[in-house]
Amino acid sequence: MILIEQAKKIFQTKNGPVTAVDDIDLSILEGEIFGMIGYSGAGKSTLIRMLNGLETPTEGSVTVAGRTVSEIKGVELRKARQEIGMIFQHFNLLWSRTVRDNIAFPLEIAGVSKAERDKRVNELIELVGLDGRGDSYPAQLSGGQKQRVGIARALANNPKVLLCDEATSALDPQTTDSILELLVDINERLGLTIVLITHEMHVIRKICHRVAVMEAGKIVEMGPVLDVFRRPEQPITKRFVQQVTEPEESKETIRHLVEAHPEGKIVKLTFVGVSAEQPVITDIIRRFEVAVNILQGKISQTQNGAYGTLFVHVTGNASEVDKAVAFLDAQQVDSEVITYD
Amino acid sequence: MIEQWFPNVDWGKMWEATLQTLYMTSISVVITFILGLLLGLLLFLTSKGQLWENKAVYGITAVIVNVFRSIPFIILIVLLIPFTKAIIGTIIGENAALPALIIGAAPFYARMVEIALREIDKGVIEAARAMGASTSTIIRKVLIPESLPALVSGLTVTAIALVSYTAMAGVIGAGGLGNLAFLDGFQRSRNDVTLMATIVILIIVFIIQFIGDTFTRKLDKR
Repeated sequence: MILIEQAKKIFQTKNGPVTAVDDIDLSILEGEIFGMIGYSGAGKSTLIRMLNGLETPTEGSVTVAGRTVSEIKGVELRKARQEIGMIFQHFNLLWSRTVRDNIAFPLEIAGVSKAERDKRVNELIELVGLDGRGDSYPAQLSGGQKQRVGIARALANNPKVLLCDEATSALDPQTTDSILELLVDINERLGLTIVLITHEMHVIRKICHRVAVMEAGKIVEMGPVLDVFRRPEQPITKRFVQQVTEPEESKETIRHLVEAHPEGKIVKLTFVGVSAEQPVITDIIRRFEVAVNILQGKISQTQNGAYGTLFVHVTGNASEVDKAVAFLDAQQVDSEVITYD
Repeated sequence: MIEQWFPNVDWGKMWEATLQTLYMTSISVVITFILGLLLGLLLFLTSKGQLWENKAVYGITAVIVNVFRSIPFIILIVLLIPFTKAIIGTIIGENAALPALIIGAAPFYARMVEIALREIDKGVIEAARAMGASTSTIIRKVLIPESLPALVSGLTVTAIALVSYTAMAGVIGAGGLGNLAFLDGFQRSRNDVTLMATIVILIIVFIIQFIGDTFTRKLDKR
């Protein structure tokens, strides 16, 4: 659906040239939800804008739905853009238009007749769950409702691809989840390819099938979300994964517990996919003369399965503890003994 | 009672002068709006980072606008006498005031249009581009509607400035309330005529302000 080949973007600034996107090769499949994560300035914003020609690559090519977006101009580019929806962090609605008229705007651009516009707008209002708000102005809506208008507007011309530019970064956690659910729903119902950029690993975990981690204009790591969660290779990826699995406060709690309980061992267990359902804890208690104290645990669902971490404190006779840890190692569970550091 | 306070006022003449002032103001407001909007759009679109970014066009337009905005109006009228004579055929009467009124006010309004357009969220323009809108669609359906309250309040300020410009134009023979106040009031030492003309001008200004404010409020859905 999307093919990016050796794309490079260099901006000329007062302080010399800046390479925002550096030799990126990427292909995104039809019907996929593909996430790109990175800190601000990583080049993800520039990269997503290349997909609808808001930025043109300095070198390389970008093909979306069979059109080489990086080459075409004028009418042809505008036609291509009508097949690529986009939603934004700050929604970018026209305050002078009602919800209905905002959603109708891309249809007006595409030259759809008034009667057909009305019909389509009604369908879209229902699809995004804004029934009854059609005649409100954006100023009268909450952030989540505004983003729903943004999504309806982006879907108006039945696009093949939906681009999401930090679409949930301005929303509170609860609203973020409802918008993410809506995106998954649209992806499943319409088979729409979704490309999103974000700096929140939560968003990736929740809805993406594959993820690319960007740093300094390059993709440093890429793969199915579950694999990246399981074995993050780059330090930056590890940091992002920790955003979801190990919040700051849990690290502090664990450090405190390690200090408070010098006897025994503290083990971090990582469950991925099917093994999340294995009763490993019960097993070690039954098999070995140890006591297990669960310190902290969290299981997260991703689009390709469950992912979780569990911190346990294993105490007892030193040799039994070692055996228990060895047993854990042999299971389909990644385990790691946490020590003072 | 009014006859007592304003013994020298010829009401027929006052009414005629009022109509002349309204005529000059309304024609010049309409043309100033069109010209100012076009110039303002040109300034905005050719400025840095915009759709038609062009340093040369922006620079030249900005210089022209600044020059005409800086010339005091009374001097502008005199400078434009040959031009006025060439296109209107006379330098006396209401129509003769129009070129100077428009050339004086349009650059002033163009700057206000440019400022109004700059206030538009860049993201909204980007969203329209992402939807495949052409530049003309963006102008008609995004730039103008999204800046309309500011365009109207700017036009209100410009219209009020134009009322006072017509009074100045009146002094050198364009007719209207300024002409009446100067010739019948000041030069013949009939202070009541000057005062009445001033009152009428104030009423016109208040009405323009009221209409402008009402529209601005109605249009603003933010």
